[in-house]
Amino acid sequence: MLKGALIPRTIQAFAAFREFALIAVLIVFSTIMGIISPVFMTWANVEAILLGLSVEATIAVGMVVLLISGGLDLSVGSTLALTGVVTGLALTSLHLSTPASILIGLLAALGVGLANGLLVAKLKINPFITTLGMLITVRGLLLVLAEGRAVLNLPKEFTVVGQGRLFGVQYPIYIMLFLVIIGDFLMRNSRFFRQSYYIGGNERAARLSGINVDFVKIFNYCLVAVLAGVAGLMITARFGSSSVTVGSGIELRVITATIIGGASLSGGEGSVFGAFLGALFMGVLANALNLLGVDVYWQNLVTGLILIIAVVVDVINERRKSQ
Amino acid sequence: MNTRIPCLKKDWQTSVNEVLRAEQLSKSFPGVQAVDEVSLTLYEGEVLALVGENGAGKSTLTQILGGAQRQDSGRIIFSGQPVSFNSPEDAMQAGISMVFQELSLVTSLSVAENIFANRQPVGTLNNIRWNDLYQETDQFLGRFELELDPRKLVKNLSMGQQQILEVLKAISTNPKVLILDEPTSSLTEGEISSLFQNMRRLQGEGMSFIYITHKLSEIFQIASRVVVMRDGKYIGDRVVSEVTESELVSMMVGRQIANLYGTASGEPSATEYFRVENLSRKGAFQDVSFGLQRGEILGFAGLVGAGRTEMGRAIFGIDRKDSGRIFLNGAEVKIASPEEAIEKGIVYLTEDRKAEGLFLDMPIRENVIAPSLRDLSSRLDFLNKKEIDRFATNLVTKLSINTPSILKKVLTLSGGNQQKTLVAMWMGTEPKVIVFDEPTRGVDVGARAEIYQKLREIVADGNGIIMISSDLTELVGMCDRILVMHQGRIQGVVNRTDFSEELILSYAAGLNRMEEYQSLP
Repeated sequence: MLKGALIPRTIQAFAAFREFALIAVLIVFSTIMGIISPVFMTWANVEAILLGLSVEATIAVGMVVLLISGGLDLSVGSTLALTGVVTGLALTSLHLSTPASILIGLLAALGVGLANGLLVAKLKINPFITTLGMLITVRGLLLVLAEGRAVLNLPKEFTVVGQGRLFGVQYPIYIMLFLVIIGDFLMRNSRFFRQSYYIGGNERAARLSGINVDFVKIFNYCLVAVLAGVAGLMITARFGSSSVTVGSGIELRVITATIIGGASLSGGEGSVFGAFLGALFMGVLANALNLLGVDVYWQNLVTGLILIIAVVVDVINERRKSQ
Repeated sequence: MNTRIPCLKKDWQTSVNEVLRAEQLSKSFPGVQAVDEVSLTLYEGEVLALVGENGAGKSTLTQILGGAQRQDSGRIIFSGQPVSFNSPEDAMQAGISMVFQELSLVTSLSVAENIFANRQPVGTLNNIRWNDLYQETDQFLGRFELELDPRKLVKNLSMGQQQILEVLKAISTNPKVLILDEPTSSLTEGEISSLFQNMRRLQGEGMSFIYITHKLSEIFQIASRVVVMRDGKYIGDRVVSEVTESELVSMMVGRQIANLYGTASGEPSATEYFRVENLSRKGAFQDVSFGLQRGEILGFAGLVGAGRTEMGRAIFGIDRKDSGRIFLNGAEVKIASPEEAIEKGIVYLTEDRKAEGLFLDMPIRENVIAPSLRDLSSRLDFLNKKEIDRFATNLVTKLSINTPSILKKVLTLSGGNQQKTLVAMWMGTEPKVIVFDEPTRGVDVGARAEIYQKLREIVADGNGIIMISSDLTELVGMCDRILVMHQGRIQGVVNRTDFSEELILSYAAGLNRMEEYQSLP
């Protein structure tokens, strides 16, 4: 009799081990922090953590899907800023309505994703090079568009997106949680989204299996770009202005979160929930170091070490399993 | 059991000098005794064949001899001295070279740089002297009567040429003992015979070979003695001239296999239901036309590069075709992608299961459902997980894939079980026309018999199989008809009643061409 069918679904997930480990670490860490610092467990602090990571986590949902399919996008920070600036200009210079301005901002993001996707899937250009080029190009485009200045004085109808509350919780947190839950559900259950695991696992075999590899790849680049656009709207609305420098370096923080969460740069592995836990872990860590009065410069050092440890643990596990 | 005493007559040997002796070698990995007290002796200038099913311990044994693994117990005596190697480089220094199944070539470098990796001729500033390098390579290749440009990048060579290059690279270090682990798996008949010719020459110069193979017919062509292993143990030692193929097979599997290829349950139905007309792609295949009958296994023979694989891939829509039409059940079908081919019941099983057939890092379950995802999803595109488990379990049972769980990664399976997984994957789509490229490459005898049996069942259900193979014995054993291709064109067709290896080979080599094809350009 074959096993497998009898094992509960929940622990069959590709990165089950990583997700459980992260949850355990988070619980232990938070308990210790709760004892050390009376502020840590207050709702105000928890909300600050969630709000702080909402931008990274939102992009991470798209990034992990892209990484699973064997892709990579370094241009998300530029795309984020582009959406903010385009929406801001639409509101202030063109005097368009809030929904129309948001739509135009997201279309700009979609354009970047489409360009990335076409270059990678159709012209077979390396994703790293393609999106590195796009990172620089889009940032340059921004400076031209906004003439190097921030777009200020955004209307209240728009800023409410990033500042409004429902049941005492800020909107960006709802948006992030909604995307994480939907994204995780789709990656586990939807045929279309699961094709990404096959493409990242073995692209040539995926092609022979009748999977439309090019289409899925282009879709994934568009997905991460649009989610970067959503993140851009959240930041812009929160601050009430769109800056041309916002989001620099965010791509590395997002990729770090997904890898801590179990994704692999060589594709085929990872989960949306894992990526969220990775981002949460980084958010909690930064917050804890702040509360403990540790110098802000230490945060990068610690985050870097955590990333390396996570990857080393992965490699050791793989080796033990293959023995 | 066999009553014959292992024969140690020396008259067939070119020399009686012992080169290498293994004494009571053992090696275990967690959970398996891979090699269990195996002893063997290799004499100067002899080719010793080592056979056994996958998992019999041949590869581990030779890895110990070649320095890639360390034995748990036992001794190795080389040239009269006990030796102990820490690495393959160590063994190579001493004079034992090994050619692994997995290719170790750097594909982005030239032929010359691969052969002389780390040993390039250098000038005073340690700079590589390129002209000398190319010249030396040219001379070296000339000795083996191989026409290969030393400057050509390895990635532009065919699989067969790469495999030959791998062997030459090992020979270039001038070893006393050369261990070859399935060197002919992607070679054509012509390439194999040229390899054997060169081996015989080197044998005359005193080089000794340990030769691992799954193709038993090769043993009778090249080896003087054969050692059989099963479950890590030494089973027996025979002089090749005194043993039969079926005797070797029963020693290998530990039971009698009456007929490897099985017998057809009936004749093909004589109703042609699939037809290819004038299929062409410049530089690959020209004007290929043929029909397939229900219940028929149609073989495609030819040398590597004859265009058989390219044609199969074009039918499946993975590669482009310039012109030509395809008919299924009398109606023309347009196939522009694998997706469309699968939908119409036309499938292609690749010759390279590791590189493009399977998802090695994924579980068996995710592999076997891959081409059937659409059928296993609801109208809202959500996967039906209960159905998937049932579907995968069913296929694993049907193909008797030997695994404790459908969640096991395909990577951990033996070659035979991997190939069965590939077959399961495509049988799940319930195909009508199956293009099977090299059905049993790198698959042991036991699993081969099972795969052949499965193919018989598929045609008994009224489907047709197009079987592309470089193993002529396999084609002759399985097919109802064999089409032979040469330089992209069909050269001849041979019916079961007229099967002869000579005739097929003469078509494949382009020595003659059937009249009905001569009218074609």
